[in-house]
Amino acid sequence: MIVLEKRRQPSRHWMLAAPVLAVLLTMVVGGAMFAALGVAPLEAIRTIFWDPLFDPQFAAYSRPQLLVKAGPLILIAIGLSLGFRAGIWNIGAEGQYIMGAICGAAAGLAVYPSASVLVFPLMVVAGALGGWAWAMIPAFFKTRFGTNEILVSLMLVYVAESILASVSSGLLRNPEGRGFPGSRNLSQWDAAANRELIAGTGLHWGVVAAFIAVILAYILLTRHIQGFNIRLSGEAPRAARFAGVNPARVVIFCLGTAGALAGLAGLFEVAGPAGQISIDFNSGYGFTAIIVAFLGRLHPVGILLAGLLMALTYIGGELAQLMLGLPGASIQLFQGMLLFFLLGVDVLTNYRLRLGRGEKA
Amino acid sequence: MLRRTLLATAALALAAGGALAQDDPVKAGFIYVGPIGDGGWTYEHDQARLALEEHFGDQVETVYQESVPEGADAVRAITQMALSGADIIFTTSFGYMDPTMEVAAKFPDVKFEHATGYKRSDNVGTYSARFYEGRAVQGLIAGRMTETNKVGYIASFPIPEVIRGINSAYIHAKKENPDVEFSVVWAYTWFDPAKEADAARALIENGADVILQHTDSTAPQAAAQEAGNVITFGQASDMAEYAPSPRVSSIIDNWAPYYIDRVQAVIDGTWESDDTWDGIGPGMVGIGEISSAVPEDVKADALALKDSIASGEYHPFTGPLNRQDGSVWLEEGEVADDETLLGMDFYVEGLTGEIPN
Amino acid sequence: MESINPVLLIASVMLSATPLLLAAIGEMVVERAGVLNLGVEGMMITGAVVGFAVAVSTGSAATGFAAAALAAAALSLTFGVLTQIFLSNQVATGLGLTLVGLGLSALIGKPYEGMKSPVLPRLDLGPLSDLPVVGRMLFTHDAVVYLSLLLVAAVWAFLRYTRAGLVLRAVGENHEAAHALGYKVVRIRLLAIFFGGACAGLGGAYLSLVRVPQWTEGMTAGAGWIALAIVVFASWRPWRVLVGAYLFGGVTVLQLNLQAAGAQVPVALLSASPYLVTIAVLVLISARGAHAAPASLGRPFHATQ
Repeated sequence: MIVLEKRRQPSRHWMLAAPVLAVLLTMVVGGAMFAALGVAPLEAIRTIFWDPLFDPQFAAYSRPQLLVKAGPLILIAIGLSLGFRAGIWNIGAEGQYIMGAICGAAAGLAVYPSASVLVFPLMVVAGALGGWAWAMIPAFFKTRFGTNEILVSLMLVYVAESILASVSSGLLRNPEGRGFPGSRNLSQWDAAANRELIAGTGLHWGVVAAFIAVILAYILLTRHIQGFNIRLSGEAPRAARFAGVNPARVVIFCLGTAGALAGLAGLFEVAGPAGQISIDFNSGYGFTAIIVAFLGRLHPVGILLAGLLMALTYIGGELAQLMLGLPGASIQLFQGMLLFFLLGVDVLTNYRLRLGRGEKA
Repeated sequence: MLRRTLLATAALALAAGGALAQDDPVKAGFIYVGPIGDGGWTYEHDQARLALEEHFGDQVETVYQESVPEGADAVRAITQMALSGADIIFTTSFGYMDPTMEVAAKFPDVKFEHATGYKRSDNVGTYSARFYEGRAVQGLIAGRMTETNKVGYIASFPIPEVIRGINSAYIHAKKENPDVEFSVVWAYTWFDPAKEADAARALIENGADVILQHTDSTAPQAAAQEAGNVITFGQASDMAEYAPSPRVSSIIDNWAPYYIDRVQAVIDGTWESDDTWDGIGPGMVGIGEISSAVPEDVKADALALKDSIASGEYHPFTGPLNRQDGSVWLEEGEVADDETLLGMDFYVEGLTGEIPN
Repeated sequence: MESINPVLLIASVMLSATPLLLAAIGEMVVERAGVLNLGVEGMMITGAVVGFAVAVSTGSAATGFAAAALAAAALSLTFGVLTQIFLSNQVATGLGLTLVGLGLSALIGKPYEGMKSPVLPRLDLGPLSDLPVVGRMLFTHDAVVYLSLLLVAAVWAFLRYTRAGLVLRAVGENHEAAHALGYKVVRIRLLAIFFGGACAGLGGAYLSLVRVPQWTEGMTAGAGWIALAIVVFASWRPWRVLVGAYLFGGVTVLQLNLQAAGAQVPVALLSASPYLVTIAVLVLISARGAHAAPASLGRPFHATQ
């Protein structure tokens, strides 16, 4: 019988090889699925993983799009990873993302059509505050009453969606939009637009913020006392308390940071790629970011890579739908498989496979 | 503007390629907001896509992408479709308006058709259907058939399209039956079968014996069937599986004639940007068969109304009509202009309750 | 307002709460065993599609329910194997399970779109159904509604009075200690996950075969997430799961009834009300200090740790 034996230290070798193995396994199983759907498996795999990066017809456009898609995922995931490390389960980033977008857009639209250079910074601050405030609701209840943050943050996603539907057909509705729901288009208003910073790269302020967040999170976790407190709270809550870590402060810090970053992601999205507040503005970044955070093993650099990989499967998946007529559902299933394999083979990093009974160790 | 240049080059190369090989099939692309299997809005667009393939055979190749979120993802999906060599792209949801305009500006040689929007340019046309014409027919049947004098209306979002439908149905129900009352439930969703079923039950329990819906699933039909003695109307697609009762008729979105017409124009090289808002007459709005559950005289009147709308003889919004607050909207004999209809954000007199926001 | 009939309202609440109740009671058992499976939505929708497909093919709604339970339980075992044997992270694996379930169900369901399912008959309870008021309210439902209630009672009795229930709780509270006492932690958790999957499958099938009833892609529309929330809301206690599911179902149905009855309340507020009420009740419960998650919830277990 094969048993798992814990390694003394995670295997560096497998840490690098495991994701590669997972991708290969996904290609084999996913290829079989595509073949069952009547599409040449190699072509499907190539379309998903290769074409967005190197196809002469699409790559010039879709390569920069990787950053556009990965930016918000990384930004949100970095915030979430802090909380997850401390054992704080904020699964309502989607709601914080929505509120960031609404508050940021509202702040901007309040001064429409000002051309001041301060408009965009004002929106950025409002967006971060909006997300932060939304995350402070579960943080307040958790620290004050011990209310479970999973539930409160999740329920607040639905509340945020209601608010979104309400403001896009009410408060923030474009007065020149002939009664249709949806705000003015911010990306067409110079002072408020979150533009591509270097043409042809997809790099906008949200992507820049994501990179900065990766670096700051890395410094925080490796060099800063607050990072140590966070890790200690998650790994050994009792020890943390003895070491004088104030749990309430950790909760407020982690939820607040996650909320602010998710809010920023929402603001950069609404002022840039999405352009406007609309009923269906949110498209699941807040939930996908949870996956990204864990795929990246809650490590800033890992999250960066995981975000790019997720973005690749989205864009490649779209191309596969377009070029090969694969149903959207098969792409979803393919992503799920990839995730399962990545998570499954991860065991090899921390454990060794051995034949026989490994009860001792 | 490196990206723009690259894109322009790509577009030019494609256009040149298209011109060289005249025998290449025309490629028509479709961007869908929901999954094809939604049984309603997206389903009907896809049926029309299939009809297009059938009609043109080898002359036309179609591609589509389903469940495209509105916003940033839409820009990418449309751009990639244009890059893949599509000659005409139909974007089938209101939320694709700005994305369509943005992409269209970069691909001057590709034709774009945006459903239900109002922004146009040289290579962007718009199209929509006068569903309110079908609502008028439903209203007539509802007014005549209701015994409790209560008509339930499952509305999705408070937007002009939905409000027009409520007003049109109410006006024509009221004409037939002065005692009729409408109760409107805002579901805040286009598609959530469980919620739609709950909404239908809530309306039925509150005494409604006619249910009109502006949401896409057949769940309200099933709820009505279970309750018995309640009639419903198919929405977006015929929902004939619930005929003859509870479903007594339906509004069918029939995009096929339009799509065939526009693709033919591309093939002939005569495509021009325009604004199409068609109703029952040109066949864009279909009235599903009025079933045997409807008495003959009601059916005859409903068909007469349908014919007079189709021929242009009668407009469903003809004065005298007042707004909900009692102020005059249309004088005797006056007909609503399209501008007001497109932005309709008020109830007509007699409807109770408020439009959210 | 006076047109709202409380008898019919409660009957509707039972109908709309049943899928939530089934999924939540299953998930509660999983969590009591110390496992957090966030893939309820994926298992529910798998149950919905398989239940519908089998019911249509065999003409029997009951067979559909059985198949739904089995299929969703089988799917849940992929989560079980990954988290319990390969020790993957439970939160991420659960989210992955949701992705897989949504994708898989859409592919399976293509041929069944627009079909009608066989009807699940109402249970004939004889004279009980004819009782005034309570007869219509409580005794006119189908078998699955009563099954869901029985299930709650059974889970309650199992956890409270049986040895196996005690072991399950021990595993959830402290898996190291349970292991030291010689209990098979992994096996017990796999069984719990299997049970949770089966319940979620039943809940999904109740949506596609009774509450809606039809199959459409994505039809669970977030019900699985609500079921998860109800477990936390219930502080991991069976009867409170019942209260939570009925409360949530109740507020959902009530807000639609209020609208239908023409109540002058802002609609946006009404449509957010089920979530706001859930938060409010949860805060009240936690403010009184009565809540405790299983101590090992979500933590991976490996025998040689």
